[in-house]
Amino acid sequence: MRDRFVRVLVDEMAQDPKIVLIIGDLGFGVMKPVWERFPDRIINAGIAEQGMVSMAAGLAATGKTVLVYSIGNFPTLRPLEQIRNDCAYHNANVKIVCVGGGFVYGSLGMSHHATEDLAVMRALPDVRCFAPGDPIETEAVTREIIHTPGTCYLRLGRGNEPTIHAGMLVDWKAPSPVTLRKGTDIALLSTGGILTQTVAAAERLAGINIWAEVVSFPCIKPMDTEAVRQLTRRFRHIVTVEEHNITGGFGSAVCEIAAETGSGCRIHRIGLQDCYSSIVGNQQYLREVYGMDEKSIADKAEAWLNEA
Amino acid sequence: MEGYEALVHSAFGGEKPDVTDPKVLAWLIRRNALEMTHISRGSHIGSVFSVAEIIAVLYTGVLHVDPQNPRMPDRDRLILSKGHAGSAVYAALAETGFFPVEQLKTHYANGAILSGHVSHKGVPGVEVSTGSLGHGLGVGTGMALGAKMDGESWRTWVVLGDGECDEGSVWEAALQAAQYGLDRLCAIVDYNHMQSLFTVAETLKLEPFEEKWKNFGWNAMSVDGHDVGALRDACAWAQNQAGSGKPSVILANTVKGKGVSFMENNILWHYRTPQGEEYEAALKELEAQRP
Repeated sequence: MRDRFVRVLVDEMAQDPKIVLIIGDLGFGVMKPVWERFPDRIINAGIAEQGMVSMAAGLAATGKTVLVYSIGNFPTLRPLEQIRNDCAYHNANVKIVCVGGGFVYGSLGMSHHATEDLAVMRALPDVRCFAPGDPIETEAVTREIIHTPGTCYLRLGRGNEPTIHAGMLVDWKAPSPVTLRKGTDIALLSTGGILTQTVAAAERLAGINIWAEVVSFPCIKPMDTEAVRQLTRRFRHIVTVEEHNITGGFGSAVCEIAAETGSGCRIHRIGLQDCYSSIVGNQQYLREVYGMDEKSIADKAEAWLNEA
Repeated sequence: MEGYEALVHSAFGGEKPDVTDPKVLAWLIRRNALEMTHISRGSHIGSVFSVAEIIAVLYTGVLHVDPQNPRMPDRDRLILSKGHAGSAVYAALAETGFFPVEQLKTHYANGAILSGHVSHKGVPGVEVSTGSLGHGLGVGTGMALGAKMDGESWRTWVVLGDGECDEGSVWEAALQAAQYGLDRLCAIVDYNHMQSLFTVAETLKLEPFEEKWKNFGWNAMSVDGHDVGALRDACAWAQNQAGSGKPSVILANTVKGKGVSFMENNILWHYRTPQGEEYEAALKELEAQRP
């Protein structure tokens, strides 16, 4: 996702001289293509995230499209009030980009686990939130946020994720979810890089004759309310999957719509169960520990289907 | 009712005050702030009184702005980072023609646009809403950087409080502005030596303050923040630093509550609102000082 993001960014920067990238003293190797092609339009803000985000708002006020790039919680939780007051309240054309959503930096420890970012950013009015599930979604979402005025949050995974979609999302428009697999028994709704696990879980379920629909949500704010309503009418069970705390994030957003729709559909949230991870391990290991790997998703879905 | 404007201008005996004179504008800022905080039962009058000459000097020939065209592209940008002194900027904008003076009486009022901390929403001439301290210098750094990237010659001015300089984000921005050589960024610190509970020295010492800024890579000078001539010279000094490759800061030594004897250097008037005999006494003192 990271490399696709940079490739798309370079392409967009070549077309629009108003695009500026600010980095928080991170991503030197990754951002090499930008350094080489647009040395005057990449700014290293240093390890100073509050100043970085305020600066982005000020730059945006001069007519620039500003992308702010850092990792984990550094571009969100650290300068949260600068995003709220300086960016969102002023409708500043600033795109906050996080690399390392969820457990990407697993073994580095709790400080580097971005597991509340979606909840926190989703709570800010006038901040659109995006979490693509693979490089194809990353490309579509990156173009979308660059061409959408206002403050956006983009949560990326890491580099080298597998491509899941068969082809480019040519006509995709936010906030549409993308259906990857049709099903009849249960719907698996997924946001962000955990999509690999969700898709694999659906394949496992197919092996035991459970037909799961898989829907990816690269945009979680605004939510496509009508799409969620229709899913709650079609399925008795919906499972939400996110590499994120279950409080306040994607699953919560689905629950909000489902509750107001009142269809009787049960929503089951898979994610970090309102805790911090102090266990040492890589991303896939932590997904397994916290029950959001493909097997856990499939096992839980099967059990929930059998409950009622 | 035409009452508000007539009331705050009554000391001029029916003549229109000359708002191009910084002393007159500073007096009008205090007169309006007294009335606005009296009507609204609002706070921060002490901070408004300390920053009055700074704002008045900026709006009488330093800032390149046009009340008829508040969004003109080559205007200078002013950010009041100590947003709690918002009524100073509101008063200066109204008195210099950005919006009607009469509107000042709606400060803090239900349904009005003039919030206690300075707001850009619906207020012509305000660039940035502030209120939480430590934001303005960073936003100003971004604006000055944008102007530099585009080869524009307009300037960015940021007015900070001294207590505000407790915030780490001020010093992040100070490092960044110096790093990018933003020599059309000018900061003015309203150095009234008081915070909301105690003096600056009793809270978090800033001295040696001028040296701090210099060590952060800024041009820095100190000035009497109530002497309009000295302030104007200091602003010219800051403007003349364009080409120096460094941002500039003016440390304006001021007195919190300046202009009303019982408010001066009195922490009480950070939050206290002027009512009753205190309002009358303050009014009497201000009227005796009318330029």
